[in-house]
Amino acid sequence: MIELTDLTKIYGGRRAVGPLSLTIPKGQFVALLGGSGCGKTTTLKMINGLITPDGGAVKVGGAPAGEEPPHLLRRRIGYVFQEVGLFPHMTIDENIAVGPKLAGWERPRITSRTQELLDLVALPNELGERLPSGLSGGQRQRVGMARALAAGPRIMLMDEPFGALDPITRDDLGRDYRMLHDRLGLTSVMVTHDVMEALLLADRIVVLDKGAILADGSPGELLADYPDPIVRSLMETPRRQAERVEALIRAPRHG
Amino acid sequence: MDDRWAAAWRVAPDYLAQHVLLSVSALALGVAISLPLAVAASRNAAVRWPSLFGASLIQTIPSLALLALFYPLLLALSALGKTWFGHGFQALGFLPSLLALTLYSMLPILRNGVAGIMGVDHAAVEAARGMGMTSLQRLIRVELPLAAPVIMAGIRTAAVWTIGAATLATPVGQTSLGNYIFLGLQTENWVFVLFGCGASAGLALCTDQLLGLIESGLTQRRPWRMWVGGAGLLVGALAALSPLASATVGRSYVVGSKNFSEQSILSELMASRLEATGAHVQQKQDLGSATAYRALAAGEIDAYVDYTGTLWTNVLDRRDNPGRAVVLRELTSNLKRRDGVMLLGPIGFENAYALAMRADRAKALGIVTIADLAAHAADLNLGSDLEFLSRPEWTALRNAYGLRFRKETSYQPTFMYRALADGEADVISAFSSDGRIAADHLIVLGDPREALPPYDAVILVSPARVEDSRLLGALRPLVGAIPVAAMRAANYTVDRDTDKLTPAQAAADLARRIGSGQPKQ
Ligand SMILES: Nc1ncnc2c1ncn2[C@@H]1O[C@H](COP(=O)(O)OP(=O)(O)O)[C@@H](O)[C@H]1O
Ligand SMILES: [Mg+2]
Repeated sequence: MIELTDLTKIYGGRRAVGPLSLTIPKGQFVALLGGSGCGKTTTLKMINGLITPDGGAVKVGGAPAGEEPPHLLRRRIGYVFQEVGLFPHMTIDENIAVGPKLAGWERPRITSRTQELLDLVALPNELGERLPSGLSGGQRQRVGMARALAAGPRIMLMDEPFGALDPITRDDLGRDYRMLHDRLGLTSVMVTHDVMEALLLADRIVVLDKGAILADGSPGELLADYPDPIVRSLMETPRRQAERVEALIRAPRHG
Repeated sequence: MDDRWAAAWRVAPDYLAQHVLLSVSALALGVAISLPLAVAASRNAAVRWPSLFGASLIQTIPSLALLALFYPLLLALSALGKTWFGHGFQALGFLPSLLALTLYSMLPILRNGVAGIMGVDHAAVEAARGMGMTSLQRLIRVELPLAAPVIMAGIRTAAVWTIGAATLATPVGQTSLGNYIFLGLQTENWVFVLFGCGASAGLALCTDQLLGLIESGLTQRRPWRMWVGGAGLLVGALAALSPLASATVGRSYVVGSKNFSEQSILSELMASRLEATGAHVQQKQDLGSATAYRALAAGEIDAYVDYTGTLWTNVLDRRDNPGRAVVLRELTSNLKRRDGVMLLGPIGFENAYALAMRADRAKALGIVTIADLAAHAADLNLGSDLEFLSRPEWTALRNAYGLRFRKETSYQPTFMYRALADGEADVISAFSSDGRIAADHLIVLGDPREALPPYDAVILVSPARVEDSRLLGALRPLVGAIPVAAMRAANYTVDRDTDKLTPAQAAADLARRIGSGQPKQ
């Protein structure tokens, strides 16, 4: 579904990404994992053409990028921004309706779709009348997710979509999204720096370091003894935490 | 006093309508040009710097000069148009004023437009791109709405500037609230000056408040404010413009005048005589001396009064003085041949350049003629009007008598008389028909060497009207009708400091005095 070949981006003589090659089949949920500044956002934006690569090629759905005007490609891809980027002059309902409107939907269909998405991201319907400035950071992030899903894209690109949420909502929304991904047969790429989140949600984890792929495998493969020492230490923390939690659960209770 | 307020009120609907029409048109054109330019400039640095630099540069030109520059430019273009396409256009009045004010309004709109669009939250712009908006959709749905308060603030500034600067359209022949100010300054009618300043400031203030309402409506997303502001502007503009709609369209005459009282009075006199025939008459007042003749030759005004000496030196470029009769005869034939302009005839008085002194002072120094003056000139200050020192008459006079003054200073005519009264000037360049000569106890110094040509007031008619029997019929009775004493008296009623008349009132008095109130058909 998505095919990146020797993708490269250079900023001020420094290589921010690449050369990076990655093929993502239809229906896969991929997590791009890595520390801050390793090139995750840059890679994601090169997939839908928000950033023009300095080298290499992008193919989405088999067609090379540039074959159709970039705005048409972007309408078929849902994108959740790290900074959310809601339109401050539009209500929540209007923000969510932007994609469907661009796709030329009828008004009643847009209205019912807006309600449906507010339910999906667990926001009360009456919030739809408000401006983004009247929402908390977490609520805004959920609206960002709803807006990306509104026009029914087959591909979702998500840049730290759950970053500003409290742990419980984060887990709920993450699981809800994973269910949606499976139900609709989406292809999802999620950027995160949270190892646990990547392990629990993704089918496949691609670890980036200084713009290059350090590791690529299923959560199970990465958790098992992975040859690369950096990846091993990355996986160490969640594993130890999981073991301690498990021990706590198994241990006989005091009292 | 009351009369002057009443006179000011009487012309207010016309002045205000013209002022609003000019300002609204210039602002609309300014927005129509500057906004797309601002969009282009915000997207492209290669457009940004040149356009902002150009707009700033225009702003450094004094607005009066900018307005004045457009007249010769348009005149040349109109002449080109005539040779290429067979017809020219109006180079005087509305068009040059519109273009100059439009240019003048551009900087604030352009600058705020660029700043507003480029200042839109980057995350929102990127989200718009990421959602698949085209460049135009992004502009209309995201960038312009978010930049609207800043853009509106720019339009507001431009509106205030434009309304203020529109008062300067009067000297290029466009009626505006500036007519009060220029006419008032010229005739020391401070009621008019005050009225003009107050009206234009009030207009600017109201517009600013209504635009401010729209701006705050945009900033705080309160649509009702925008509606109230917009409706207020629309209703105000329509109300101000309504006198224009009722004005008779169709054949109308344009009478011109230069920027001093005598000219205003004669223009009013000619206009009222034409109106008495049932014609619709427009007056273009306060024209520059050179502008007036060119405007007449180009057909932009139909008639005005000029002086033989001025035409002799400025238009025919002659420096000799063959005597009154020859000058008049040669002017009549040469203007006809050269420009198709008709010299209808002399009105009956002379308004010559002359040197004048206070009678007591002249007597004390024993000065009767300019020849006597030459001996004392080195100890005396000359006060002149704004034009005199650069005119060939002054050169001729200086050479003929070897005049060397201690100091030479130029004044607005009214201030020149004040300078003479205060002793700031000892000798002034007076006009022989000036009412203040008798009133201020001045004497006109003789010109025994005939260095100055004669300055008989003559009526000139534009080439397009030389066959117009209605115009000729209305103006011909004025030929030979006004003796210098009558003109002086009329001038004095307008120029004096107290109990002033407006030029229109003075013209009515003059008409009664010369007994030709009813034109012969
Ligand atoms: N517009 C830009 N100009 C210059 N450098 C940039 C720009 N955008 C990103 N970078 C640099 O590229 C690298 C990768 O950035 P990014 O993809 O945003 O990282 P991540 O999303 O993984 O935190 C960083 O070192 C960042 O400083
Ligand atoms: Mg990032």
